[in-house]
Amino acid sequence: MYWDKANECMDREQLRALQSHRLIETVQRVYHNVPYYRQRMQELGIVPEDIKGIEDLHKLPFTTKQDLRDNYPYGLFAVPLSEIVRIHASSGTTGKPTVVGYTRKDIVTWSELMARTLVSGGTHKDSVIQIAYGYGLFTGGLGVHYGAERIGASVIPVSGGNTKRQIMIMKDFGTTVLACTPSYALYIAETIQEMGIKREELKLEYGIFGAEPWSEAMRKEIEEKMQISAIDIYGLSEVIGPGVASECQCKNGLHIFEDHFIPEIIDPETGEVLSEGKEGELVFTTITKEGLPVIRYRTRDISSLDYEPCSCGRTHVRMKKVLGRTDDMIIIRGVNVFPSQIESILMEIGETEPHYLLVVDRVGNLDSLEVWVEVSNKLFSDEVRRLEDLNRRIANEIQSTLGLSVKVRLVEPKTIERSEGKAKRVIDRRKL
Amino acid sequence: MFRQISVFLENKRGKLAEVTGVLADNNIDMWAISIADTTNFGILRIIVDQPEKAVKVLRYAGYTVSTTKVLAVEVPDRPGGLHRVLKILSDEGVSIEYLYSFVRRPAERALILFKVDRLDDAVDILKRAGINVLTNDQVYNL
Repeated sequence: MYWDKANECMDREQLRALQSHRLIETVQRVYHNVPYYRQRMQELGIVPEDIKGIEDLHKLPFTTKQDLRDNYPYGLFAVPLSEIVRIHASSGTTGKPTVVGYTRKDIVTWSELMARTLVSGGTHKDSVIQIAYGYGLFTGGLGVHYGAERIGASVIPVSGGNTKRQIMIMKDFGTTVLACTPSYALYIAETIQEMGIKREELKLEYGIFGAEPWSEAMRKEIEEKMQISAIDIYGLSEVIGPGVASECQCKNGLHIFEDHFIPEIIDPETGEVLSEGKEGELVFTTITKEGLPVIRYRTRDISSLDYEPCSCGRTHVRMKKVLGRTDDMIIIRGVNVFPSQIESILMEIGETEPHYLLVVDRVGNLDSLEVWVEVSNKLFSDEVRRLEDLNRRIANEIQSTLGLSVKVRLVEPKTIERSEGKAKRVIDRRKL
Repeated sequence: MFRQISVFLENKRGKLAEVTGVLADNNIDMWAISIADTTNFGILRIIVDQPEKAVKVLRYAGYTVSTTKVLAVEVPDRPGGLHRVLKILSDEGVSIEYLYSFVRRPAERALILFKVDRLDDAVDILKRAGINVLTNDQVYNL
């Protein structure tokens, strides 16, 4: 199922020409309308005319989250505020939030891209979609909302939180599609079981999950617990919000909407563009956005690009499911660790619900990693020996996968704080 | 045979009192109690008058709970009383995972709970040797 077959299945040569054309226009626009970009290009000794097509993309400077912060709040907008019809902001966990603005046309573009996303994930006009992403400054709620209305689905804008009420609504309103973060989906699944609600009482078919990295194992867990098909969607507010890329029914990578965004994979250390298929940091250039165009925006997300044709018929490149971020990566005794790696290990050991927390500390000069794992009813045994075996097995698996010795601590259920948004997986107590 | 309730507990101050509080609030009577402890966690094992209700209220309170079948065996409260039972089980190749005793007991007899690997065999073996294996009702009426 496609929403916009002409664009989603466009011939790649034609797509490349379109991208080049739109890139040239975008560069012209930011050079003339955004003092920051003009200054950066002048520093590098480039003028807009140097960018003759997509092959010149690498000449342009990178943009980072810090650049957006430095120009807080509206410094990187390419249109006057009178043209902006919507403002969103990302959570400012460190310092000021990053502010993004949309023109009327940007909202139309965004709705179209979210319509593509939802349709490729299984939503249609007869779907009843419960949007449990947060509404407000966060782009998740309203982004999905506009896309769902665009395709004519019945939208329940419940927003995040109040899990028991979510489940009551899911049951009584006949929700067929759930949209939220994957960690919240798992929490909802658990609560459904706790409340003793039977699967037959729910009409759920699909889950549209994104806004944080999640592993294949976690997908399996959600799909089994909820008996739905779980689709990964990708986006970030600086680029547009959700609606940058989405899985199709093949669930083999996320198609990036390349007629609007040009992706690159770079080496996060050197900034060098990596060849096809290599893993590195994902970078996006927007080529249709008016309010806040971004040039080579560094996402901090780790992925790779696959240009092989997909059996769904879409021609757009597929990015590999994001499994980590360059900034939530923790370095322990020189080893790069992504929480998602530990998550996969826990899931493989079997039946471990991924309620875990990584606690990093430094004793003397040595980093230590403690992995807290909640003991579920399934894992629990009345015999000390078995629990100690479990503890050892987790530690051994992590050691053999990461080459890092860790201390595993089995903890009681609900010890680890539950999130109704993005899950917190790491506590770093090191004072560096 | 008895349904033992096992509860996962972190080895922290006040944890046990939280569990006994839940049981007390729900008017559940404990007949036997034992704790296996390690540095980080412990397993509380209890026999109660209303096992189903206990599981329900403990799970509702957020605990990890499981139930296990254990044997309740009556042994004479005198030197060699327990030894006789253990010897029989050992001779028959039944392994014991752990054991503990009842709080409530009749005069001159001790009631011991066994977690064994071959439960049904163990019941037969002990009965054949003339050892009393108790049921729920028998203990309830003590």
